[in-house]
Amino acid sequence: MEQERARILENKEIARDTWRMVLQGAMAAKMEAGQFVNLAIDGFFLRRPISICEVIDEDHFILIYKVVGDGTKKLSELCASQTLDVFGPLGHGYPIEEKEKEVLLIGGGVGVPPLYELAKRYRAIDARVIVVLGFNDADSVFYEDAFRRLGCDVHVATMDGSCGVKGTVIDAIDAAHITTDFVCSCGPLPMLKAVDARYQRGYLSFESRMACGIGACMACIAKDKQEADLYHRICKEGPVFPIGKVAFTWM
Amino acid sequence: MDVSVKLPGLQLKNPIIPASGCFGFGREFAQLYDLSRLGGIAIKSATLHPRLGNPTPRVAETPMGMLNAIGLQNPGVKVIMEKELPWLAQFDTEIIANVAGASEEEYVEVVRALNASSVVKAYELNISCPNVKHGGIGLGTTPELAAHVTRMVKEAARKPVYVKLSPNVTDIVAIAKAVEEAGADGLVLINTLMGMRLDLRSAKPILANVTGGLSGPAIKPVAIRMVYQVAQAVHIPIIGVGGITCAEDVLEFLYAGASAVEVGAQNFVDPYCCVKIIDELPDVLRKYGIHSVEEAIGRSLK
Repeated sequence: MEQERARILENKEIARDTWRMVLQGAMAAKMEAGQFVNLAIDGFFLRRPISICEVIDEDHFILIYKVVGDGTKKLSELCASQTLDVFGPLGHGYPIEEKEKEVLLIGGGVGVPPLYELAKRYRAIDARVIVVLGFNDADSVFYEDAFRRLGCDVHVATMDGSCGVKGTVIDAIDAAHITTDFVCSCGPLPMLKAVDARYQRGYLSFESRMACGIGACMACIAKDKQEADLYHRICKEGPVFPIGKVAFTWM
Repeated sequence: MDVSVKLPGLQLKNPIIPASGCFGFGREFAQLYDLSRLGGIAIKSATLHPRLGNPTPRVAETPMGMLNAIGLQNPGVKVIMEKELPWLAQFDTEIIANVAGASEEEYVEVVRALNASSVVKAYELNISCPNVKHGGIGLGTTPELAAHVTRMVKEAARKPVYVKLSPNVTDIVAIAKAVEEAGADGLVLINTLMGMRLDLRSAKPILANVTGGLSGPAIKPVAIRMVYQVAQAVHIPIIGVGGITCAEDVLEFLYAGASAVEVGAQNFVDPYCCVKIIDELPDVLRKYGIHSVEEAIGRSLK
């Protein structure tokens, strides 16, 4: 992990309230799929943890973020050629399991981005990658074609049925009769809960309100599913955990 | 330039100490810089038994600051003694053990256990953490209770005792004087100010604990005021804390009467902030015609 001023090469809206930022920064060389960076935004006290969407090369990376409040709104107003104080890469990403010949990636909303770099890495070792993406509606859908271009088998679900299967990612999995049992997922808590209940093998990536992003402040704690007194720091031991590791009780 | 400060039990090579709860036990920051650069480290609160702390969310952003309600999560004094303190021994910096408890007896027991550590140079009593429902809040809010726990700990302690005061009181000077009278070797002020935030969609508190402690630049004027008032009323040294982000802030606390400072929430914003402040401090002192840290202490009171 390191702190650097990364140069913004592009910052534009790709779906409703969903922005894609291309950055130039040396930390790209160290990034793993599923890790995140902590961004300082002028005028806001705490950094914003944003997951890494794609590592283009050793000097360029892409972040996709959702505008949910004043801080991310400000982030969306930054222009190409401006610089951004980036600290990272942080946390533990998705381990690449080379023995898996077939991987099911399940993403929900702004949880979709980290799965893109993961899909790239599994495609690079010739694994079959099935992607199921869930969004609220057609206007919120992004990266469906990007995953397809990687050679993934892509399925989309929207809650209002305006694109793909009507319902949740689980509905889309059932509709397409997907039987792959090794799963990597990232998305809202109810979705992770459903994935955790249905699958035994794979990894989940969690989101949390954070402060330091490096494991010092104990803000982003998750309880262990087995041991009552054991806790995990989402920013440090996570954000990616094996399925069945984290208890959902406290969140 | 001489930026060293000598305080009871503490030979600080510079007056910069990361504040308890904002630095863990230093392990994460040791990956970023050499902890020996720091004047000291106030390590995460120790309680007698492990504490898991509060449910999440535990933090919320505020204008120029943040709220936290971690709930004194720590592995307990035994694990701290066995794992964290021996690891910290490798660094040439003064370790201050922050001690918390749900009862006066717990403070005493934690201090008794820590007496055996050669790594710990001084104690910092957290009688002000606003998050523990059956603990700190009561002890820090009246002169009598604050003095009583100080006296009990002083009897048990074999290292100097600094008492970290709560700003959530009507008259902090009265509490400071009572704590001095009870034998405290120094004061640390201030802890966080109690606050809360509400979510506009759910109309519920953002923090699972409902209330939390406000820290960051927003509280600096309150901290400066309290250091300034207390420094005129007591004869024991004060470690100032509250919203420090740069060397100029350090100088302001020194002027107000602090002999050293703790840097808290800024470590989350800029993980390198303590070493940056240490690097900048001599130039900032020079800029204002000051020749040493000692010379700056209490300048506004003279």
